[in-house]
Parts: sequence; structure tokens; C-alpha cells
Amino acid sequence: MAEKLGIYVCHCGSNIAGMVDVEEVARWAGKQIADVAVARDYKFMCSSLGQQMIEEDIRKLGLTRVVVAACSPHLHEKTFRRACANAKLNPYLCQLTNIREHCSWVSTDREAATAKAKALVYAAAERVKWQQPLEPMPVKVNPRTLVVGGGIAGLQATLELADAGYEVYLVERSPSIGGHMAQFDKTFPTLDCSACILTPKMSEVGQHERVRMLTYSELEEVSGSVGHFRVKIRKKARYVDENLCTGCGICVEKCPRKVIDHEFEAGLGYRKAIYTPFPQAVPRIPVIDTQACIYFERGKCRACEKVCPTNAIAFDQKDETIEIDVGNIILATGWKMFDCRRLPQYGYGRLPNVYTNLEFERLCNAAGPTGGKIVLRDRKTEPRSVAIIHCVGSRDVKTNEYCSAVCCMAALKFGHLVLEKTKAKVYSFYIDMRTNQKGYEEFYQRLLEEGMIFVRGKVAEVTDAARLPSEHGQLIVQVEDTLLGKQRRIPVDMVILMGAMEPQADAKELGLKCGISCSMAGWYTERHPKLDPVATMTDGVFVAGVCQGPKDIPASVAQGAAAAARVQALITKGTVMIEPVVASINEEACSGCRICNNLCPFNAIEYDEDKGVSRVITAMCKGCGTCVAACPAGVISGAHFSNQQILAEIQGALWDANPNGNGLGGDGHASSAGDTQPSLVAG
Amino acid sequence: MTTTATQETTKTKGKLALYWAASCGGCEIAVLAINEKILDVAAAFDIVFWPVAVDAKVRDVEKMPDKSIDVCLFNGGIRTSEQEYMAQLLRKKSKVLVAFGSCAHEGCIPGLANLSSREEVFEAAYAQGDSTENPDGVRPQHETPMPEGPLYLPVFYDTLKTLDQTVPVDYYLPGCPPEAENIWAAITAILEGKLPPAGSVIGPNTTVCDECPRKRTEKKIKKFLRTYQVKPDEKTCLLELGLVCCGIATRAGCGALCPKVNSPCIGCHGPNDGVHDYGARLMSALASVIDSQDPEEIDQIIREGIPDPVGTFYRFSLAGSQLRRRKKQVAGNGVKRG
Repeated sequence: MAEKLGIYVCHCGSNIAGMVDVEEVARWAGKQIADVAVARDYKFMCSSLGQQMIEEDIRKLGLTRVVVAACSPHLHEKTFRRACANAKLNPYLCQLTNIREHCSWVSTDREAATAKAKALVYAAAERVKWQQPLEPMPVKVNPRTLVVGGGIAGLQATLELADAGYEVYLVERSPSIGGHMAQFDKTFPTLDCSACILTPKMSEVGQHERVRMLTYSELEEVSGSVGHFRVKIRKKARYVDENLCTGCGICVEKCPRKVIDHEFEAGLGYRKAIYTPFPQAVPRIPVIDTQACIYFERGKCRACEKVCPTNAIAFDQKDETIEIDVGNIILATGWKMFDCRRLPQYGYGRLPNVYTNLEFERLCNAAGPTGGKIVLRDRKTEPRSVAIIHCVGSRDVKTNEYCSAVCCMAALKFGHLVLEKTKAKVYSFYIDMRTNQKGYEEFYQRLLEEGMIFVRGKVAEVTDAARLPSEHGQLIVQVEDTLLGKQRRIPVDMVILMGAMEPQADAKELGLKCGISCSMAGWYTERHPKLDPVATMTDGVFVAGVCQGPKDIPASVAQGAAAAARVQALITKGTVMIEPVVASINEEACSGCRICNNLCPFNAIEYDEDKGVSRVITAMCKGCGTCVAACPAGVISGAHFSNQQILAEIQGALWDANPNGNGLGGDGHASSAGDTQPSLVAG
Repeated sequence: MTTTATQETTKTKGKLALYWAASCGGCEIAVLAINEKILDVAAAFDIVFWPVAVDAKVRDVEKMPDKSIDVCLFNGGIRTSEQEYMAQLLRKKSKVLVAFGSCAHEGCIPGLANLSSREEVFEAAYAQGDSTENPDGVRPQHETPMPEGPLYLPVFYDTLKTLDQTVPVDYYLPGCPPEAENIWAAITAILEGKLPPAGSVIGPNTTVCDECPRKRTEKKIKKFLRTYQVKPDEKTCLLELGLVCCGIATRAGCGALCPKVNSPCIGCHGPNDGVHDYGARLMSALASVIDSQDPEEIDQIIREGIPDPVGTFYRFSLAGSQLRRRKKQVAGNGVKRG
């Protein structure tokens, strides 16, 4: 029985109609494409009137297939599927083809754009004829949630969920939760003590009955999908038994090996070979750094073991893999500091009194290596002048194009702290001052009044090569002052580089494990930049905090809470409908070659040793098509993406291809190529 | 009624034709590999045309009524105007036309010449060969004037086509050459009228792995090796040893002849049902089990392990593949295809 197609071409105001002759496309489709019962164009197909039009046509004309030529399926596939379902047409018999993002927005030639729109409509029409009615599958949502990352965003999400009555697994890579915020001294613009507002949340999480904290642990593997993820976590060996340790700290005190702490103290302070990162660490259970420990180096010492009152030291501990089942995952994995050595002109690593912003945070911190005294590397001299250089590794095509969003405000905060604690002059070298949140501009005004000196210009160089006697022994900041319109050399005692926030080195890898992608810069891609900022393209995986893009503490907290709210909505609903777009293996034809076995990113393929065939576990399959493409025997098919559907789509798109122009023409064969060429969709 | 009809068909002998176009001739020998059963064939059929074995002329075939030959087993691809004419003639005269063997089915080795133009093929054959001595640069000519009148040679086309790219084909018997048992099975099926639906490839719809006794595990390949670089044991999957064994993508039916004797499958049976492009399938399958995430390392593994990708993945199927040949010109001109 021939299908009855309805074709609907959307103007999208002038978004499509401005570049594509939509009326012509509809008129043409009605005449040119086989089995079309009705072809219409409309100003806004997604409006309720547009949807009603489709619904009425399905009812009155008995349409069996619907093609909507409009925007991206990300935006309105659901809308039109719902419209079809309302009119009792299986929603999977509706095909949305994108003539906006894929056509009108990227074209400059009206005629070519119209021709392309026709090809796209033809392709969708050919494809939709082969589509099968499908039914979504209900899946129960496991009420447990995994939060990855124990920084402020992850902590907020954890607490929101745990307080709402749901169990949360919190996985943190380092020995303590707290994240970067634990390293900071004050927070802008209110100048609250960072630790004072963070540590209560940390201990709340640490003691919460519904939170299972897995510190010093990393996410290894994720399988399954929304509602029923299975996650493998590697708990790295601490060499301290967590059940026995009371956190008394005597082991740390007695440990004879002291090493530079490049992590928490940013290289400015020391830690022992057995250590907790900072006094308020949660949990208070120390970790042995095997790189530093004398016992691991020479097989002798075991001082910590001797002094431990509860015999908690366990040198034979091994990494442990834990498997947990959760319904949703929130990634709040944060950021890493830009390596300021990458810009040698600023002298970091070469000129001792050039600091990074993270080092300066530790320098200011009352609990830091200098007890909060702002001094030069000699640990004695108070600087008489300090230069703060903005945008180091941000807003620069050579390093990172993006703005790190927090450095302007952090620079102002540093300026305030220097002015408060020392008698030094403070210079800020900025490109643009970005103070666009609540209370931020006021803070900028305050610093202007406090006497911080602002120089607008990108610093060319920081050098210790003096040209004038007065510059001797100082660091000279060479800069073009763009407001004065001249080059300046400003001698200072100390330089602070406002290094950029960068994505974690393994962000992409972790994203792949969870089935989400990163932007060009490496930040996780949200489902919609405006309307869905914490969801991702993978249902049940959410993002919060800086891992989604540079942002300050209030925004990170807001995202943590938002992600938790989205998860709660799913848990409360109890079941989710999952897409029936899954792969299946024709067992009769499968030869058990096992090519597909370890390709599945969702571990949804199992091998049946007895029958010698591979099999897809439907509930775990996400319909990505990897196995379909890889099966050398062609016996795996993907529902909604069958070979027939795809080849028909290609054939539709090439509706005007010249059979004699396919590279075979003119070779002298007498028989007509057109008659005898096997069709693309031949059996 | 039915009984009489059956009796009649068994009484009247069927008519069989065999023809040899662009191929090596191995398929002709393969027919004889069915040994004494050839007598059964002779008992069941009158062989009306088989140039290699029976004296018959083209004009005899031309005189036969249309559809008077019951079965024609046609081996070889179509490279010349003569082969094209014979394909059309035998199509017209035959009820069932079988593309017999890899050349007729997919183009096989002669099809690899589709990577070159006619001029390049002639250059290789009539100028460059080590044993070639052709100081006058003579090339085959379609027409040669002679005192008695012009002489003609068939036109040598730029592209080798498969049989079904030339005329409609009813069945395909895969293999280079087809195995004796399969030939006999196909002939029996024809004799007993138990043929699969028209257009089918006669053979099981699964791959060589199914018939291969070697043990398979999950695949992870760090390096592709040439056959001289590895001495396989009897149990391990050859692909897992790093040999490019095409068995994963190749239609079964041969009984895994090659892998059983430590030689990787080279893919002569072509693809399974539903696979449109054998080489592309095999390539995407192998590419997906390369055990590396580093694009440069992957590139190196492929470059070093598979020095001749077309010859490896399209050894038998280039002419029948979606690409068919080296690019000549582009498509798309605003006219609907007929």
C-alpha cells in the first residue's frame, strides 16, 4: 500500500523564508515527490496553529507519514512528534528535516538554498516511507545519584539531594572534598572568608547519613542509561584504613619526610609524606604519597605505623574497584589552573617574584604558608609595589580565546588585600574590566577609591633587565597604556599573573565515559546554552560548575542546585521513557566474529558462548549505531536508522544526480548505464 | 496435471550454456572439479554452448529462440564490446542467468584495473612490462585497415563492469572460483526447481567465521602483520594475531578453507546479504578494533600494516562496489533520475 505523505515547510518568520523560497519548495514537493497527499508552507509550523494544521490533515486526509521541514530536531522534534501522536499517528512516522541551521542560516545564495531545501525535503520524504512505528520503553529511575567532583558545585548538588531525602554517592579525586574554594582566602565582592562559608558545607556532607563519600577515587567506567547507570569507581589506595583511622594526625606529625606541596599549597608550602591536604579536610583521613614516602622508596621507616594508636596504617592496601548503581549522574569536575610558564614573556618560573593567582591566594590565606603575610619569595620583604596582570591565558588566540570570567573580580580582591595588608602601591593591567554581576561594579568603584591604579593595556613583558638605575633590583612591567597612548615601563617588587581557568586535562575522556561532548575549548556542552544549561545531550547526565564553562562561586552554586533539582524531578517521576531507537542483531546471520563486543560505549553487547553469537541488551543500548556500522557481516540493524532508511535518504538527497555523470559516463559502454545500474537500495 | 508436468520436465532435457568473459579461466576448471557428477549434469542438460569445451558458434546462439536456454552459467566481468554483446545475447536467450564466480559477481582481480584508465592499462601491458619489447609502440586498435578490407578487434572499455551492471542477473554463485560442492548444490537446486528468490546469492547468509574452527575473543589490534611475519598456531583467530583476515566480512560457504590452513581469508565470496559495499564494511570493522586512541598511532598502524588498502579491502569487489572505479567526473545536474 502506498503511503500518504504530508509535507510541511516552515517559514520560521524570515529565518528560513528570508533565504529559501519556501512556497516554491512546498509547491514543488507536492508535484515532484511520489505519494505526497498534501504539501503546505506556514509562517510558524511550531505554533499551536501550525501543529493543529498537521493534526487536522492526519485526521481528514488519513496521512500515514509526516515530513516537517523546519529547524533542528534538537528544538522541535518532540513538538511535531507530539502533534502526530495527538492525531493518533505513531510519532516515529514523523521526520523533521533541518532547513534552517543546515540550509538558510548557512547560505548566501537564495537559488542554491532553495535547491538544497528541496534536496533535504526529498531525502526526508524518501526516508520517512521506510520508517517503522516504534514505542518508547519505560525504565524505572534508581533514586540514587552520583555526583562527580567535591568542589562547591558538587557539594551544593549533593546537599540538595541528600537533604531532599535521596542517597548520593560523592566521588572526589583528591583526598579531601572542598575543591579550589578551600584554597582561597576571601571571596569577592563581599570579602567573606572562603573557608568560613565552605567548611560548614564540607562537614555537613561528611556527616550526612545519606551521602556516601568516595574521596581519593576516580570514575572508571559508566554503562547503562538514564534511570539505571552502572558505574565503576576506582578507589585509590590511601594506605590508611578508613574504618580504623580516627584522624588524630599523629602520623602526620611524626612522619620524617617533608616535601613541597604542589597541590593544595600551590608549591609555596610543605606537606609530609603522609598528609591531609589541609587542617579542615573532610574526611580527616590522611593519605600516603608513595612518591615521597621513605618506606615506599627504601623499604624502611614505617614511623607512621609505629605511632598510629589504632593500627590504621595499611602499607599493603591496593586500589579497589567499586561498582554502584545510580539513576542519574552530575558532573561537577571543575577546572585546572593555566600553566603560566606557557607565556615566558611574563617570567613565571624564571623570575622569583612573579606569582600566579593561586599562589597569591595561598600567600594571603591566614592558614597559608606565610600565615597570611604578603611577602616576596625571600619570605621576609614586604613588597612596596605590586602589579596584577589580567587575562594571562585568557582572551588570547594563542592560548585560550575565552574569558575566564572571574579574574577581573579576583584581581580587584587581590588589590584590596594588598592595600589592606601592606603599604604597597597596586597596579592592575587590564584589557577590559568585567564586573557584571550583583555588587561587582560597586566593588570596582570601591577599589578605585581605595587607590588601586588601573592601566588599560595588555602587558608585553615582565623583565628584570633594568634600563635605568632606578629600575635595578625590580621587575619591570612593559606595557602599552592604551588610554595614554604610549609605552610605559613600570618597576614593581611583585607581579601577580591572573592565570586562566582551563578544563581538566581528562575532561574529554570523562565526558566520553558519560556520553557527553566538550566545546572546542574543552568545557562540557550543555543541552541548550540558554534554556537547558545543566542538562546534557545524554539523558540522566547533568553538569554543574566550572566544568561547563568559567564561572564564579555564586553561579557554580546555582548550577549545583539546578542540577540537583533536575535530578529530583526525574526521581520523583519514578520512570522515564527511553527512546526505542536501539540496535538488534540477527542471530541467525551472526557468525560470532566478536568485532562488535568491545566497541559498544555502553557495554550493551554480550557474547553468548554456547550459541556463538553476540546479542544486544536492549535496556542498555542507546542506539548510537557504532555496532551497526562496524558489523562486517551487516547483520546488526539500528531501529529508526536501518540501511534502507539511510540509503533511501541519500537517494532522495541526490534526486537530481545525473546517472551519466557518476564517473562511469563516456567509457564507451554501449548499454545504457541508467537501465542497468543497480539501484542504491537494491535488495 | 502436476504429475504430468513434472514427468515432462524430467523427460525433456534442459539446455545449459556456459560462457567465459573477463576472467582467468579458473571458473571453467571449477566446473570440472565436480568430478564424475559432470556426467549427471550431462544427463540432465544438453550443453548447447560452452566455447571452452564444446564446439559451437555465436551465430548458433543467435539463431536460438529467446529464453530457450534454461540456465546460463556466465563467468567473468565485462571489459570489451564482445563480452558485452555476449552478455546481452545470453541474457536474451536464457531463462536463468547465473553470475558464476567472483568476476561476474563483483569484478574480482580484473576489476582492480578500474584504478587505472584504459591508456594506463595498455601502457602497462604493451610498454612497461619487463618482458615487453614493443619499439614501435603498437597498441590494440579497434579497426585495422588491410588490403582485403578492415579488420576489427573488440573495443576495450575504460571500466570493467560486473555482469549485473551490464544485464539483469538472476542468481550469483560466489567464489574465486566457486567450490565444487557449491556448484553441485546450485545445479541440484536448479534441477529440482528449489531455487531461492531471484536476485539471491546462492549460499549461506553468514560469514566465514561461522565455519572457522579457530577460537575468537574480543578483538584488540595493535599491529597488522603480513603473512610472512607471523607463524599462526592452530587455534587463535588469525585476525587477533594481526593478520588481515577478511573472514569476518565474507560470506560463508567455503568451509573456511583458507583459515583452516593458516592463511587469512581474502574475501572471494564477497559480502553478506544487505551489505552494500564489502570493502567499506570490512574497513569500518577493522578500524573499530584498532587498539589505540591516538590518531597518529592509528594512522601509523594502518600505514605500516596495510600498505595496499584498495587491494586489501576491495581485492574482489572494486568493480561491484559503490565507488566502482577511480573518479572520472562529478554528478548532480538538476534532472530527476529516470
